[in-house]
Amino acid sequence: MSWPSLTLLGQSLLSGIFIGALYGLLGLGLSLSWGMLRQINLAHFALAFLGAYLTYQLASVGGMDPLAALLVIVPCFFAFGAALHWLFARFSISPFNSLLVTFGVTVIMESLIQWIWTADYRRLESHYGEIKFRIGTLFVPFPELLTLLVAIALALGTWAALHYTDLGKALRAAAEDAPIAAAFGVNDRALALLLSGLSAAFAGVAGACLALSYTLAPSQIYAWIGVVFAAVMIGGLGNPIGPLIAGIVIGSSEALTMAVTAPAWAPLVSFSLLIIVLLARPQKI
Amino acid sequence: MKYLQRLALIAALLSLGAALHPAGAAPSGPPIRIGSTLALTGPLAATALVHKTVGEIFVDDLNRKDGLLGRPVEWIVKDDQSKPDLARTLYEQLVTVDKVDLLIGPYATGAILSAMGVAQRYNKVLVHHTFGIPSLAKYDMQFATWAIGPRPEETFPRLLYDALAGSAKPPKTVAVVTSKFPSVLFLSVGAREAAKKRGLKEVLFLEWEFGNKDFGPIASRVKDADPDFIWVGAIGLEGNMLLDALKKIDYAPRNHFYLYPAPGPMAKAPVAKNALAASVFEEHPPFTANPVAAAFIERFHERGAKAGLPDTSVDVQAASSYSAWQVLTAGVNATKSLDDKAIAAWLKQNPVDTIAGRLRFDGPNNYGDDLMKLKQLQNGRWVVVSPRQFAAPGADLIVQ
Repeated sequence: MSWPSLTLLGQSLLSGIFIGALYGLLGLGLSLSWGMLRQINLAHFALAFLGAYLTYQLASVGGMDPLAALLVIVPCFFAFGAALHWLFARFSISPFNSLLVTFGVTVIMESLIQWIWTADYRRLESHYGEIKFRIGTLFVPFPELLTLLVAIALALGTWAALHYTDLGKALRAAAEDAPIAAAFGVNDRALALLLSGLSAAFAGVAGACLALSYTLAPSQIYAWIGVVFAAVMIGGLGNPIGPLIAGIVIGSSEALTMAVTAPAWAPLVSFSLLIIVLLARPQKI
Repeated sequence: MKYLQRLALIAALLSLGAALHPAGAAPSGPPIRIGSTLALTGPLAATALVHKTVGEIFVDDLNRKDGLLGRPVEWIVKDDQSKPDLARTLYEQLVTVDKVDLLIGPYATGAILSAMGVAQRYNKVLVHHTFGIPSLAKYDMQFATWAIGPRPEETFPRLLYDALAGSAKPPKTVAVVTSKFPSVLFLSVGAREAAKKRGLKEVLFLEWEFGNKDFGPIASRVKDADPDFIWVGAIGLEGNMLLDALKKIDYAPRNHFYLYPAPGPMAKAPVAKNALAASVFEEHPPFTANPVAAAFIERFHERGAKAGLPDTSVDVQAASSYSAWQVLTAGVNATKSLDDKAIAAWLKQNPVDTIAGRLRFDGPNNYGDDLMKLKQLQNGRWVVVSPRQFAAPGADLIVQ
């Protein structure tokens, strides 16, 4: 058996970091709504794919720049997320029931996507896909690099907003103990709508990044759930930076596993990490 | 002049009448009900839509002519959601509740295996179009139109490596990279063994789980190994995902084969240039010399566009699907009955001419010849390159 070359290891590590960033980006909104609103929002994945399909549509049919499509997607998704939370609050849906309800919403959205775009594969061909940088023997594709930068910016931005702004402190207070926060004048209902809207908007951003790098099919919605859930749980619920770090750790370990052993072993990595974290620090989840 | 105008008017009226009421007696009586499921939703839905479109075309054409045994045909198709367990329940329902007269297969190996169990329990003939593991087809009244022969893991790699060996630049090193999807893996293992027997040096072998999302490290390993030829045991999107990953690291494989690619998206990928794949039918002579095939292609283009298929080319999926309908109706017409045992007995003894070629069912597990051909993506278009008698006019296997 020969040792893998440094180029192989470096390129695989880059690939893992990039896909890990996407796990983190997909997990950001999920983590916020789960940790701070007590909503386990499975529809987050369907929303991300809806965002991806809308990016595809606006860019390949509408002729828009794929990134400019976010100007349409982000506000629409924010409104959708807020409306969804309003419904949840209106019918007092419990965290466990939110899992069931959002699964139903996911199935409906998958059918909607299939009805509009059919089940066939859709690939967004954009000029961004042609851009790549070279660092020595390593290649850095632009769409993946963009995903990493966006994931870092959103995770750090959200973390900073939660820790250093009054609004963020109010959000954290409401998440910690809504009645007490309300007693101090925090409008927890309005803040919950804001947070839910933001989470959905993050899904839209993740969708645009998905569309730039991946071929789309409606059933792919479910392919991401397991590993992104693992990233969110390892990273800590309600923590904006945690899923990104966990995602990068998972992505890198999977990629390095694929580089040095049988790629079929890679899925074991993320779930083994999850089990280890659950055993080692269950109180942090 | 007036005479000519009248003649033209009469001719026009006659053509209009013919269009509204085509030749042949209109089918009458209670409809013959043919039941099946298809993966209309779920991960296999993209390809199942091809089979739905084909079935609709075939049934429409039957009913426009004189039906089946002079009776109209009704196709009951249910959505098995790409789940073999659900396919089993739905086939049970088709037989016991919908009381269908005949069955036709669902899409893909898992669902077909489920349907086969139900067909066996009720002694029904099952003609199916996309079964990938012939050794598992044990039911004696099942008939496959995915013409891969009883031992495709031996016959297909032979065809492929023979073609490569006969080229101007036969490959010396090979990489076998494959999905662990069951109907893919056994063929990839066959390709690996065949390569070893021929003295090709294996520079890479690796497997990934079906559903893998990150092809970056796999692409890096392929680039690192830099083989003369890559066998990619890919199904659906996997081939495209690997190609995308290869493109990102600026590597273009010299000679590359994909087992079950998504042909439309692959044809559009520039890095897929000269990719090889298996086929039984492509839209060029000699296949299109068959008038039934030519008419079907025209109808499929029209219906496929209406159904929203991004790629409306008739290839292996559509042709095998159409062949399944041809085989089932040939059995019914020849025996002039809907008796499953009579139809099965006839099919075992008689070959059926289909658009995918002459299918026979007298071999092990009712399989006949391996009719697979080798196709290559040349100038953005899939063309058969081997065997030579099926090659597109002017097309030669390109080996780099």
